Amino acid sequence: MKISLGPIQYFWSAIKIYDFYEQVKKMPVDIVYLGENVCAKRRELKLDDWLQIADELTAAGKQVVLSTMVLLEADSELSRLKRICNNKNYPVEANDIAAIYLLKELRNFVAGPHINIYNTETIKLLSNLGANRWVMPIELSALVLQQLLENKPADLETEVFVYGHIPLSFSARCFTARKHNLPKDQCNFLCKQDDQGITLYTQEENKLFNINGIQLQSGVPCNLIAAIEQMRTLEVDIVRLSPQANYMGTVAEMFSKAIDKTITQTEMDLWLTKSTSNDEWCNGYWYGQPGMNWKNQHIVE
Amino acid sequence: MVIIEQIPDLVCPAGSLPALRAAVDNGADAVYIGFSDTTNARNFPGLNFDIDEAQQGIDYAHQHDCKVMLALNTYPQPENWPLWTQALQNASDLKLDAVIIADLGLLQYASQQHPELNLHLSVQGSATNQYAIAFYYEQFGVKRVILPRVLSMNQVRNVVAATPIEVEVFGFGSLCVMVEGRCIMSSYVTGESPNTSGVCSPAHAVSWEETANGRQSRLNNVLIDRYKPGEAAGYPTLCKGRFQSDEDIFYAIEEPTSLNVLEILPELVNIGVAAIKIEGRQRSPAYVAKVTSIFRSALDAYKAAPDNYQPNAEWLKQLQRVSEGCSSTLGALHRPWQ
Repeated sequence: MKISLGPIQYFWSAIKIYDFYEQVKKMPVDIVYLGENVCAKRRELKLDDWLQIADELTAAGKQVVLSTMVLLEADSELSRLKRICNNKNYPVEANDIAAIYLLKELRNFVAGPHINIYNTETIKLLSNLGANRWVMPIELSALVLQQLLENKPADLETEVFVYGHIPLSFSARCFTARKHNLPKDQCNFLCKQDDQGITLYTQEENKLFNINGIQLQSGVPCNLIAAIEQMRTLEVDIVRLSPQANYMGTVAEMFSKAIDKTITQTEMDLWLTKSTSNDEWCNGYWYGQPGMNWKNQHIVE
Repeated sequence: MVIIEQIPDLVCPAGSLPALRAAVDNGADAVYIGFSDTTNARNFPGLNFDIDEAQQGIDYAHQHDCKVMLALNTYPQPENWPLWTQALQNASDLKLDAVIIADLGLLQYASQQHPELNLHLSVQGSATNQYAIAFYYEQFGVKRVILPRVLSMNQVRNVVAATPIEVEVFGFGSLCVMVEGRCIMSSYVTGESPNTSGVCSPAHAVSWEETANGRQSRLNNVLIDRYKPGEAAGYPTLCKGRFQSDEDIFYAIEEPTSLNVLEILPELVNIGVAAIKIEGRQRSPAYVAKVTSIFRSALDAYKAAPDNYQPNAEWLKQLQRVSEGCSSTLGALHRPWQ
């Protein structure tokens, strides 16, 4: 089982992005997805800058995939998408059907977590169009995944989102700008102030959602480290970690140990309860429950 | 002087036979219905059609020159895939005028097994740009796309100009703030989403309580809103709740409000939108009758005298009364809303 690092969801400065990928070179991750996913206005790095990071990560032994936008509206966004799809060196992750429309004529691609893949017929169709990897929609459970994998094309890799704030929705509206009483067109890039979004609490102070520009995320991060053994049994090929502002090196090491079976129950429990700034998690989707739920799991059931 | 050659079809919701008749009687060009199960995105108790009712509704509509479309716009999973293929067979047997589909696998199945069916891409298919629409057209022969409520007027104009197929837009009703088909907020809190179960913020997860702090609404025990005495309380849809960030308690996502495009109807007609859809299969026949009749009048008034079109004050007042939170918006069509 390999570990991937998903695209950065937040608006980080160029310096923070470069620093982050410098650290990633040393992290125990095999695959790195690069590029802007969320907001077309976030252009701290240009495609050439991303390609340079891609080259460096490749030299450091990582497999690089260029990820693409989830919500594509303006023609300028389609032009940018086209340039990414036409790049010569790197495979591309599609997060909108527009990307599949372009990629099916060009090369193999990854069907990302925002392509709605809920049944075997859709998996087969995408495989025929050139997908060589698919990422399970985050709201599906282990049980549905097992059913989906029964008739999966042999050469198609399966990837599952296992760590980080879950992308729950996308809008034309910017919720960060709204929080600051600004329209999106005059947003002043205020989302740059929040390197891990803005927590939205209920009036009872439960962390419900996390505001990230036009995207809403889960209020607490998902953590499926205790489900790694089950994923091995299901023959999941890749587990995806979504970049958070802090502790990503530790996160990658914990998952790497879980995959190598060198983690102990005590070590995992300690990490889940104490060693990060996050005191709450969710894992409900995997167990067929509301996504916000947390189910305590032992490494070996 | 503007001359209008073609006005868009008025597509109205029918959650029951009485609602269907109300739409037909008040001037709908087409109605859309769903079967009574998880195959459509308004899978609510007591709503929708069995085969017999569908047949009666189709007979009534066709006698009055009104088309009937079937929403099959949720995402089948391996276990229940046959429910959707059976629904397609039923649609074919009933000679429905179109089926509205979101799922890629089901679109392919329908295009191969039921070439006799007209396919429309559901708003739940999340097609917001010309490449995505071109994909659905080239792969499956989709004849119409229903646009998610995330595009500005300029973007709608560009999509209509760049796409070879018909474009349908929402004109009135409850407003999805998120890109439809890509929102899993409801399953995050309740375990059920539009994609998986055809519901958003489902009624069985809703609870109300009277407390010292006022009336409170909850969804699967999560506090969605708290109302002062005398304050009107709305259905606790997740994206219309009042939440807290820093010191502020506010409608962080959207106020309770409805979409209403009457004000910009001429622009939508002039850019060549093929159909205008009214939301609300979960609403009463009285709602359907009212909204259908007002939009019929508005479209006809614009066609008859395009230079003199103005939304009638009485129309707006009546629509306001059936709007969520008694307020309305142009949504994403109006750029500052974004």
